[in-house]
Amino acid sequence: MTYDLKLRIWRGDAKGGALQDFTVPVDDGEVVLDAVHHVQALRAGDLSVRWNCKAGKCGSCSAEINGRPRLMCMSRLSDFPKDEPITITPMRTFPVIKDLVTDVSFNYVKAAEVLAFTPTAEQPKAPFRMAQVDVERSQEFRKCIECFLCQDVCHVVRDHEENKQAYAGPRFFLRYAELDMHPNDALDRKKLAQEERGLGLCNITKCCTEVCPEHIKITDNAIIPMKERVVDVKYDPIRFLRRKPKAKV
Amino acid sequence: MATEVETHAYDVIVIGAGGAGLRAAIAAHDAGAKTAVICKSLLGKAHTVMAEGGIAAAMGNLWPEDNWKVHFRDTMRGGKLLNHWRMAELHAKEAPERVWELEQWGALFDRTPEGLISQRDFGGHRYARLAHVGDRTGLEMIRTLQQRAVALGIDVFMECTVTALLKDGDRMAGAFGYWRETGRFVCFESPAVVLATGGIGKSWKVTSNSWEYTGDGHALAMKAGAGLVNMEFVQFHPTGMVWPPSVRGILVTESVRGDGGVLKNSDGERFMFNYIPEFFKAETADTIEEADRWYTDKKNNRRPPELLPRDEVARAINSEIKAGRGSPHGGVFLDIASRRSAEYIQKRLPSMYHQFKELAQVDITKDAMEIGPTCHYVMGGVEVDPDSGESKVTGLYAAGEVAGGMHGANRLGGNSLGDLLVFGKRAGEYAARYAANLAGSGPVVHADDLEAAATEALAPFSTEGGENPYSVHQELQTVMQNLVGIIRNEEELNTAIKEIDSLRRRIDHLSVEGHRQYNPGWNLAIDLKNMLLVSEAVAKAALERKESRGGHTRDDYPMTDYSYWGKRNLICELAENGEVRTREQPLPEPPPELAELLEEH
Amino acid sequence: MVAPVVPTPAPAPKPEIKANPRAAIAAKTLRNDRWWVSPAISFAVLSAFVIYATWAAFDNGNYYVKPYISPFYSPCLAHICGAAHHGNTGVPPHLSIFGAWWAISPAIIILIFPLGFRMTCYYYRRAYYRAFWMSPPACAVAEPHKSYSGETRFPLIMQNIHRYFFFAGLVFNVLLTYDAVVAFVEPRAASYGGGYVGLGSFVLLINAVLLWMYSASCHSCRHIVGGRLKHFSKHPIRFKMWGVVSKLNTRHMQLAWTSLIFVALTDVYVRLAASGALGHGRWI
Repeated sequence: MTYDLKLRIWRGDAKGGALQDFTVPVDDGEVVLDAVHHVQALRAGDLSVRWNCKAGKCGSCSAEINGRPRLMCMSRLSDFPKDEPITITPMRTFPVIKDLVTDVSFNYVKAAEVLAFTPTAEQPKAPFRMAQVDVERSQEFRKCIECFLCQDVCHVVRDHEENKQAYAGPRFFLRYAELDMHPNDALDRKKLAQEERGLGLCNITKCCTEVCPEHIKITDNAIIPMKERVVDVKYDPIRFLRRKPKAKV
Repeated sequence: MATEVETHAYDVIVIGAGGAGLRAAIAAHDAGAKTAVICKSLLGKAHTVMAEGGIAAAMGNLWPEDNWKVHFRDTMRGGKLLNHWRMAELHAKEAPERVWELEQWGALFDRTPEGLISQRDFGGHRYARLAHVGDRTGLEMIRTLQQRAVALGIDVFMECTVTALLKDGDRMAGAFGYWRETGRFVCFESPAVVLATGGIGKSWKVTSNSWEYTGDGHALAMKAGAGLVNMEFVQFHPTGMVWPPSVRGILVTESVRGDGGVLKNSDGERFMFNYIPEFFKAETADTIEEADRWYTDKKNNRRPPELLPRDEVARAINSEIKAGRGSPHGGVFLDIASRRSAEYIQKRLPSMYHQFKELAQVDITKDAMEIGPTCHYVMGGVEVDPDSGESKVTGLYAAGEVAGGMHGANRLGGNSLGDLLVFGKRAGEYAARYAANLAGSGPVVHADDLEAAATEALAPFSTEGGENPYSVHQELQTVMQNLVGIIRNEEELNTAIKEIDSLRRRIDHLSVEGHRQYNPGWNLAIDLKNMLLVSEAVAKAALERKESRGGHTRDDYPMTDYSYWGKRNLICELAENGEVRTREQPLPEPPPELAELLEEH
Repeated sequence: MVAPVVPTPAPAPKPEIKANPRAAIAAKTLRNDRWWVSPAISFAVLSAFVIYATWAAFDNGNYYVKPYISPFYSPCLAHICGAAHHGNTGVPPHLSIFGAWWAISPAIIILIFPLGFRMTCYYYRRAYYRAFWMSPPACAVAEPHKSYSGETRFPLIMQNIHRYFFFAGLVFNVLLTYDAVVAFVEPRAASYGGGYVGLGSFVLLINAVLLWMYSASCHSCRHIVGGRLKHFSKHPIRFKMWGVVSKLNTRHMQLAWTSLIFVALTDVYVRLAASGALGHGRWI
């Protein structure tokens, strides 16, 4: 069924901007990204929006819909009341480029800081032997489509620009956890994560998990286990005492 | 007044950051070349993420009987023997190494009980052969390559579109493009250019491809003087979503069938048994009982007809729908719910479960999916030397979907990801080698070429009251969908060529609103030119090939013609007048020891 | 025709953290759902518990009615427990580790441990950071603080000792389980109608079970039983245990709330029974 939908879309750039109203014909089965495309085709040909697959697999069309960080392609119009306008704004945590497009280079900086996978001395060369149960935890984290919604919603950087240098953010804690749990990785990144990547800044308020379109249990399965692993090497006096004599042998 | 254009000098530039592009860049970097990757989207968003099923590689982890020879045979037969034999051979031989390389860089594939990489069944492959991670193998692959490229410190130009290749005489000299963010121009001086731009599917209405798939590399190569081979062969994936309208065309992985799913019409009949072609009779089960036994006992049973190559399945679905036995929304049913446990489905097909649940509100563990064919992949592409990936133009390389020949008339599922890795690596390596050997005698970029490229790119801004690029794009999609779709004939193809020609005249008068900064209207206006050129090539090649084979079906020539067309490729080139012209070229013959493998047995 | 083009060398683009302006949106949040409901409920329930527990802990009476002891007062470590106290019916078993000099409520000695366990719990941290500290009040709702250092400094860096409170919590679980067993086997005061099993027996039992489940679902517990391992395949038993704990862990929030509320209700029950407010029926 076709009906007229009211949209309020933030338009502007680094110099400023405002919400602008549009009304476009939409269909029941459509998603928010379709509505934005209708605006482009019918009302504003230069409306900027980033998107690719339109199937929730590439993580490009991240934005905030009625104030909540979401993928536009996975937000069905039927989940919103027909008679109320839908507000679409760019991700708040990143500098705006134009309209709904933001500069997400923060995430690429953090990606470059990760120490890459390094095979162990026992199995230096693929093909590796690894059991399914041993790869499963890391596999969950590798489902990440890098939409950066978790980075956007995380108040550590969302509300505190000054933390950006010191904080890798949930997406990359996922990565540190993935490598720490990789059955054939040789490096220890626990202290690095805590001391230089800002793991301690996270106060586990779980918004990253709430917004993850891949339903990765970021907090419970990656960040908290990483925090516990950090305790093992940094804050646990008993383990610390137990380890020392071993180290001398 | 002169305009300054930001310029970068490299030994090798790679256009495209999907599987092939990243693998090429890594190879070029490893070979010592100063390398850059240029991509239209952000790094890690390329179309490779959409690949679901797996990477075909004869590692023999589950079936020790499997080896490169069987894989080679499957590839050639799936391609209806129109493949370049050498590419199929290299691919079958090198794919396992390339998969292990990914593991070496941190990829985590699903495992066998022995701890090796698990392999799954797919259409057209004799043995379970696809290395996979659930149904998100493409994501795993691109993430692994992306992380490797980042770790190596390769320069990446994100959201940067190349609009022209630059030549010095008859050699490559570089590329010209613009930053999407600012609209400002950028010039790359590089003796070696690797095209890895993917496919052309955005010219069809029902497609699994994203906006990026506008055939840029195909068009750039033609304009630079290279030829395209096999452009008439476009793969329509048999299973795309059909409902709701906004998701029409989105891919439903072949793994659903590999893992036990079956196709049914509105009468509840497993209709694929009625569509087994002579060519595959000997290796396909003809009873439901045998087909069902095959999943657990592959030695003593033949494969179910649902796992025939994609072209066969797509045509069968098309016929069922036309015969009025379709589903309510114009597809057929793909049913795994009644055949496998909910737990198994969620474990093996998590992203399909998720995709149907969230986009169509269908629980695939309880109900059948409604699916229909969707434009998925182009077998045709730049004609390259199989070993090096170099095109007819010196210094211009191509790898992945933009290159042609490897898949012949039809691509087997799982062979694409392998193709990206095997030929990406080769193209990168050979490009680096070529650049290194130039030593001081490298090509130069000519200023007037830059000027011409800049003028062409800015044209839509200087036209006022011209046409809206979005509506021209929609018209093109309608033409290609209706007239150059799964089933073709002479009359419709002639109409299509006329329509494309008139659209081409109209895009000289496109006008766009706003400024150059992140302007999708302008970006589309530029991409449209490529789409039209490539669509013309597809339509003309399709008109020329008077037979049916693989991804090209003519209802006026329904038979496969082994004696004439079975020995010829069609090459598309750009003529002086700017039109596409086709010519026939003899198909390279495999040496006897390989030809022997292709016999039935 | 554009102007003549001059190629100008430029550095390769490197990703950097740019301080360029964000989209100019004044509203603290554009959420139009009732995002404040959840933190408001957390605030109300946690506040109610703290107020009640403080009062109950300082009340120093009505915590024992043979054979039921309030979880707030178990184990009775102070000498004063031995003195028949106001409101108590019967003399609770006591250890007298703390001598006669300990004059205030004996609950204070022990409450620190279960409270510490809950204060440093990963779930409660989420709840009170949101509900009390508004850091953030809800997802995508701006927090009111100027600066933020997370759990990197004192006192919040102390959250890292959660696993010690977990072990202490286990000790209390054993003791409260013992109390529940006693509630089933020890004859009740004749004045209460005698007999062995009353409603209170079940109240104490359910309380103990909920506390065990809350502890077993704890994130530190999950880490200790198996989460810290790199190769599950080499430790099949710990992997199984980890699997069980992981399942419980997904219910950690629910268990945190039910066990918290139930521990307060258990105290209420013992208090009412001790004060005689429930009468002398066999089944109460």
